[in-house]
Amino acid sequence: MQERLKELQAEALEKVAQAADLKELNDIRVAYLGKKGPITEVLKGMGKLSAEERPKMGALANEVRDMISGGIEEKQIELEEAAVQVKLAAEKIDVTLPGRPAKAGNHHPLTRIIEEIEDLFLGMGYSVAEGPEVEKDYYNFEALNLPKGHPARDMQDSFYITEEILLRTHTSPVQARTMEERQGKGPVKIICPGKVYRRDNDDATHSHQFTQIEGLVIDENIRLSDLKGTLDVFAKKMFGADREIRLRPSFFPFTEPSVEMDISCKMCGGKGCSTCKGTGWIEILGAGMVHPNVLEMAGYDSKKYTGFAFGMGPERIAMLKYGVDDIRHFYTNDIRFVKQFSVTE
Amino acid sequence: MLVSYNWLQEYVDLTGVSAQELAEKITKSGIEVEGVETLNDGMRGVVVGHVLECEKHPNAEKLNKTLVDLGDGNHVQIICGAPNVGKGQKVAVATVGAVLPGNFKIKKAKLRGEESNGMICSLQELGFEAKLVAKEYSEGIFVFPEDTEIGQDALNALGRADQILELGLTPNRADCMSMLGVAYEVAAILGKDVKLPQPKAETTSESASDYIKVSVDAKEDNPLYVAKVIKNVKIGPSPLWMQARLMAAGIRPHNNVVDITNYILLEYGQPLHAFDYDRLGSKEILVRRAKQGEEIVTLDETKRTLTAEHLVITNGSEPVALAGVMGGANSEVSADTTTVLLESAYFTGPVIRKSSKDHGLRSEASSRYEKGVDPERVRPAAERAAELMAKYAGGEVLESSVEADSLTVGPAVVSVTLDKINSVIGAELDMKQVEEIFAKLQFETSVDNDTITVTVPTRRGDISIEEDLIEEVARLYGYDNVPKTLPIGASTPGQLSPYQQKRRVVRRYLEGAGLYQAITYSLTSREKATQYALEKREPVQLAMPMSEDRSLLRLSIVPQLLEALKYNLARQNDSLALYETGAVFLKAEEGDLPEEREHLAGAVTGLWESHPWQGEKKPVDFFVVKGLLEGLFAKLGLESRISFKGAEIAGMHPGRTAQVSLDGAVIGFVGQVHPKVEKDLDLKETYVFELSLKALLEAETAPLQYTSIPRFPSITRDIALVVDKEKTAGELQEIIVEAGSKLLKEVHVFDLYEGERMEAGKKSIAFSLKYFDPEKTLTDEDISKAHEKVLQAVKEQAGAVLRG
Ligand SMILES: [Zn+2]
Repeated sequence: MQERLKELQAEALEKVAQAADLKELNDIRVAYLGKKGPITEVLKGMGKLSAEERPKMGALANEVRDMISGGIEEKQIELEEAAVQVKLAAEKIDVTLPGRPAKAGNHHPLTRIIEEIEDLFLGMGYSVAEGPEVEKDYYNFEALNLPKGHPARDMQDSFYITEEILLRTHTSPVQARTMEERQGKGPVKIICPGKVYRRDNDDATHSHQFTQIEGLVIDENIRLSDLKGTLDVFAKKMFGADREIRLRPSFFPFTEPSVEMDISCKMCGGKGCSTCKGTGWIEILGAGMVHPNVLEMAGYDSKKYTGFAFGMGPERIAMLKYGVDDIRHFYTNDIRFVKQFSVTE
Repeated sequence: MLVSYNWLQEYVDLTGVSAQELAEKITKSGIEVEGVETLNDGMRGVVVGHVLECEKHPNAEKLNKTLVDLGDGNHVQIICGAPNVGKGQKVAVATVGAVLPGNFKIKKAKLRGEESNGMICSLQELGFEAKLVAKEYSEGIFVFPEDTEIGQDALNALGRADQILELGLTPNRADCMSMLGVAYEVAAILGKDVKLPQPKAETTSESASDYIKVSVDAKEDNPLYVAKVIKNVKIGPSPLWMQARLMAAGIRPHNNVVDITNYILLEYGQPLHAFDYDRLGSKEILVRRAKQGEEIVTLDETKRTLTAEHLVITNGSEPVALAGVMGGANSEVSADTTTVLLESAYFTGPVIRKSSKDHGLRSEASSRYEKGVDPERVRPAAERAAELMAKYAGGEVLESSVEADSLTVGPAVVSVTLDKINSVIGAELDMKQVEEIFAKLQFETSVDNDTITVTVPTRRGDISIEEDLIEEVARLYGYDNVPKTLPIGASTPGQLSPYQQKRRVVRRYLEGAGLYQAITYSLTSREKATQYALEKREPVQLAMPMSEDRSLLRLSIVPQLLEALKYNLARQNDSLALYETGAVFLKAEEGDLPEEREHLAGAVTGLWESHPWQGEKKPVDFFVVKGLLEGLFAKLGLESRISFKGAEIAGMHPGRTAQVSLDGAVIGFVGQVHPKVEKDLDLKETYVFELSLKALLEAETAPLQYTSIPRFPSITRDIALVVDKEKTAGELQEIIVEAGSKLLKEVHVFDLYEGERMEAGKKSIAFSLKYFDPEKTLTDEDISKAHEKVLQAVKEQAGAVLRG
């Protein structure tokens, strides 16, 4: 009997070792360990044994069962592992195939430039002021020291709707309106982005509609040097820490003194090249100290308050910064153009 | 203003300062020099030659065979096609080996069998602009005056060995519209003196007042009028150097008298006019406003009808010049003029500006008057012109001038304190530095303690207040020397308004969802201005549009986006998703500004989902776009206050368009563009939306408040309802929500069946209802009670049958 059990054990383990899959293994389990299996069969003959031998034989039988079921378990893990491997092999994909594109649009490049400038000045304590695109002649010109008949009005040929109403030619009327709202009180620190319109034929460098962003600071003791320092911060942020600025005298009716700001040319490092027309400098924006007439008209005491203002064209900045060669691209909305401005710098 | 470097040296010593260096200095201290042009750049080998013989070419009707003395001992044969070539002329000869503009090299040639050793040149061939060449030479070669020395460099003789500084003048610097003005500016920059011309002409015993009487009615427009009389002039060409200077400055030579008036205009900035005295028809000059409907034929042979807003010079009755703009043809100086009446006047800007604008005439004279001339140069300019007419036109200048003078303009006297100068600039100048700067400008000053008082010459009409003085100090002190500081003072919070913040959220959301931002034009055509308008109004129209296509302000953005789609589709960009935020303009009462309302619009066409190698291509449909908007409304916390309702909108698909309402008020629409419109624009199936962004962003929302996460399970019940096809999901949902007790927390459609297994005219629509009580676990009984009410309501109100 003892031998028979050993035999069964050896026979079962042999079959387990041979088992090719989980089903076969299960059949082996049922065949050897089931109620009708050979071990049960052998144990039926235990009645013939002596009282001493019976427990021994019982223990042996359990040992054989354990051995077999242990063997099956081991084999099962092995087979399961193999099955996983087969499945994984079958699931193999070509990871170099393109992924499913995630949905993502992006800002128009002008919004990108405007928000970048907004964020820079927000960080310096400015707020963003907005105003109407259709304006009164008063806010667009007169409140900015440009009375009717002033020759400088020619610098900004305008689209009039009536004699007193026109499409704004710059965002400066927002400054005039803000100053008026503040009723002669300081400090004022705003930037004004928005669309503006001038009578120009659309070509590579002109657009009858374009954008502007202007800044205004009014307080006691605002100096020209503060304007220079502020513009320096702006230029280094927008164009790179290695760029230098230079102020040149200029003329705007709403500022006195008036300046234009140039930045050093990136292409030639200031030595002079075709980009900068040989000067080493590139014109970026106009600025100046707020004209006392403008302050007084808005209700500020020009003996007590001074201020500076600056204004620039996001189109020009985008053209310089990204190398865009035709201003019309900003308004035709060719998707191949707009899509290029999604990358984070 | 085009400034000749050589000419400038007559007034300021430029020793050691090249034209290029000068340009940089001028730019840095006030006036932008836009370019420096070398007039004879790239040209060589052109000499003055003498035509010794000239005969017809034996084999060519239109050519001449000439023998030219080059002045270096060589006589060469040259074939010349110019009609005005002739024996005895002094001409410009491009010799063999010469280089002309455009790198055109002169070689020995054979023309119709005759040898040609060079080329006799027209001024155009020497790089002059055609419009600057005097009429008599415009169709042929240029002929030098008889006394021109031969063999010399012809370009030198024509004043071309010169450099021209192109000044970009801002309107305030009208003083630099003259050589003398530029001389003062350059002298201030270089710290040099200005040498002024000292005109003196011999005069006859006759006095100008014997010939002419001058009176001015319009004293405000014309405070000073000076008339001089020069008799016995001989009209002829002006000296070559003068012609050269005029051409270099962009003015075409005519004759000696006219050229002298133009030369003085350039030198003094004072416009002059020469009348033919004998053609005036009277011995009187009367300056007055024109009569309504009065006419004048100007020098350009154009008849102009005048109004009382225009100023005229008359002979007492008839206009003889449009003051400050252009002379009249009836009194024009011509070849047989012998007596010249010379006008030097101070006209004020506005009246000249009005004339010039109304008649579309901008002359060298009008552009100077508009910006303001120097009243103190009116007399010297007249004297200097008379001197030159005596010298170069053989005239005799009559004693003194006849004037009408009511001038009150004098030098401005302006004071400023040193402290103010330093506090505006942010620098630390001392009084000595400030005084030096004004001395360089040749402004008189006096100092009293901390205050400097400056007497500003009338030539600098742009300076009238202390800030103007500060600017002069700053620019000559040098902006490079101004330090960089940042404003000090009370700090201000830098932040976007809630509206601006939300607008950024809207943009980011839409971009995250796959839309690209577009920016289109506000001005559009009549047709597009009102298409798809949320509110029907007459659009705002420009008084003088540049084109029909850009003549009105838009009432909607969708037409502009459709145009952008069309533009892209024509360039093979065929799957597109654009959005725009921007103003539309609603006309208001006469005299008021239009109302500007910010809108949000979008347009989507082509494939929405596409992953080709996985075989997926899903075109955009209504529910894609609606889903985008629903997500946006949720982002803004408004989803429960928004409703969609089928609507018919012109230009939209009648069965695929919904009106969008917020709290019951219509704020926009979403849907498919009408197939007819799609076809007209060559668009494929296209979905658009336009909403009042203002309404969305200004809607008040409750502050964000946390609600506790449910501790008890919710129970879901699904119902499939068979209803008439016309019943909308929205209507059913409304009934369900209405009937559901407060236990019903969520309702959504999860199935729709309209197939053939349905009875005709019916559809099945399935809803999933989620019940939940925050206080306890719901029992079957609780739910059944609530659910039964819902079933009852849909049955009664929508005739719905529960599907098995
Ligand atoms: Zn460069």
